[in-house]
Amino acid sequence: MREQLLISEGARRFKRLGAFFGHSLLTGVASSSIIAILFIFYFIMRDALPFFRIEGVKEFFSSAHWYPSREDAEFGALAIFVGSGLVTLGASIVAVPLGVLAAVCLSDILPFSVRQVAKPVIEMLAAIPSVVYGFFALAVFAPLLQTKGGSVLAIGAWIVLAPLALVSIAVASDVVASRSPVRARAAARVVAAALMGSAAVFALIALGGFLSRLPVSTGTNAFNVSVILGIMALPTIVSVSEDSLNAVGRELREGSYALGATRAETLLKVVIPAAGSGILAAVILGVMRAVGETMVVWMASGNAARIPSPWFNLLEPVRTLTATIAGDMGEADQVTGSARYHVLFAMALCLLAFAFVMNVVSEYAVRRSRRKGR
Amino acid sequence: MKRIGNALGMTALAAVLCLVFAATPSFTQGNKIVVDGSTTVGPIAKAFAEYFMAKNPGVNITVSESGSGNGAKSLINGTCDVASMSRFMKDEEFKAAVAKGVLPVGVVVAIDGLAIVVHPSSPVQGLTIAQIRDIYTGKITNWKQVGGPNVAIVVISRDTNSGTYESFETLVMNKQKIADKAEYVGSSGAIRARVQSTPAAIGYVGLGFVDKTIKAIKVDGVAPDNATVTSGEYPVARPLFMFTNGVPKMGSKLYSFLNLFLTQKGQQIVEEIGFVPVTKY
Repeated sequence: MREQLLISEGARRFKRLGAFFGHSLLTGVASSSIIAILFIFYFIMRDALPFFRIEGVKEFFSSAHWYPSREDAEFGALAIFVGSGLVTLGASIVAVPLGVLAAVCLSDILPFSVRQVAKPVIEMLAAIPSVVYGFFALAVFAPLLQTKGGSVLAIGAWIVLAPLALVSIAVASDVVASRSPVRARAAARVVAAALMGSAAVFALIALGGFLSRLPVSTGTNAFNVSVILGIMALPTIVSVSEDSLNAVGRELREGSYALGATRAETLLKVVIPAAGSGILAAVILGVMRAVGETMVVWMASGNAARIPSPWFNLLEPVRTLTATIAGDMGEADQVTGSARYHVLFAMALCLLAFAFVMNVVSEYAVRRSRRKGR
Repeated sequence: MKRIGNALGMTALAAVLCLVFAATPSFTQGNKIVVDGSTTVGPIAKAFAEYFMAKNPGVNITVSESGSGNGAKSLINGTCDVASMSRFMKDEEFKAAVAKGVLPVGVVVAIDGLAIVVHPSSPVQGLTIAQIRDIYTGKITNWKQVGGPNVAIVVISRDTNSGTYESFETLVMNKQKIADKAEYVGSSGAIRARVQSTPAAIGYVGLGFVDKTIKAIKVDGVAPDNATVTSGEYPVARPLFMFTNGVPKMGSKLYSFLNLFLTQKGQQIVEEIGFVPVTKY
């Protein structure tokens, strides 16, 4: 005891120095990602703002003429914004219904043993490098679309819309049943379900027939990329939504069953609303994956800087912000280029601003869900 | 917590000390050659490097293909010894180089014909330069306008970042804008992949990338091959360059690597991978 107290002044100082270093190191590690974000914002701003100073703001956002490499360069990025938006929209149409439904199935409908196998497998989709997806999109999916384009579209429509139709019919017939007199409830449910079911099947067959007659002139188009990006966004959406559905807890479900609700009612009126913010966060994360993806769109979207006509025509090639940045960066370097170099940073700034807004929204949603949970 | 902090602090101090000692420079010079630049010249540079390294054990040559512009940039920034380029250096690049004390010297290592390629099933045998230009500007949109079947033409171009694009723009487009519906792909291999899977497609690649899966059509009535390219009959052809910072010291490894194209073996290599040698041997 006595010996331990007899520490020389020098040793103590050395020890204190060590502690100081250790603490600052840990603080540095903890705040490194924040510092990185600040640096990213600073450097992108620094290189983006000169573009607006040289070329102005109007052309960039309002013109669709993208000829950055000519001597009389034009920097209209409207078509590129539309391309990014269209691809993101397409990917969400593919991934959001499928992903949320898959999450609901995994958490509440399928047996636990299936979930134990299926979830890791779905999450493995996220581990495949994007260049592999891109190669698949370019070398397999694009030729398939060209030769069997219409039927691929029809099958895709069935895969995405059939489960969605199933769920909405279940909900709708539930609503119809609850509004009809008690005695006729079972009958009303069956009739409503049958009517809507056949209507949906007819609609799907008609839609399938229409889609399978559509000519697909080029396989590298917005549709191709939307499907691939949708698949890439799936694991995020499934995994995060499933987690939030699980977090709802047994008590709420059992309470609902105790009040006499069926499994469908429990799911639709208790579990999904309770996990709503978590699902929203999952969707936003998935959409961000689609917006930010570069390799796949660069390889398989066709990269034509033109607004499709009509604007929602997914069968035409599009060019996205990320692909433009990746594809044009080499030639448009700091040494030689001026506006051509800075325009890419202006695009990056737009992407960053969008990502920032989306992240704030999802953060807000998650926080609100936590408060509600308490 | 405090103890962890202490331990970490000690480790950090030790690490800093180690770094200071390790930072003492130890360069190995002369036996490393870095080539960067055009994806078109890339195969030539790679084949040269393979041959050269087999002949000169101990020499290490790395070849990157990041585009002519990037090659010039690397040479200017001093991060490569040889910039392989499928176009000549631009004014601005020369200015930037001289400003940084780099004096680019270029040699023509091979000649490349740009083949205009279509799907093998296409009945179209040849086009004029004007027709090709009209297809790319969007004036001609259907194959039936140039003697093909009644389908819309899928126009495919290399990305504006590539030397191939710039050569096509100079050799064919004559300062006219490529239509906004044209698709852009990131490599000559990707053009081949798109054309061989798309019956209505038209694209352009270096002669070295033409194989049985795609068809190179006649331009102004001349089919692209070694004879027509060297004789100047075939109109869509261009020289391929390698740029260095000044003329490399005679007798150095870089000097003999750079002049490999003058040897008979070098010319054979150029021909084997589908380009046209500068001289007849």
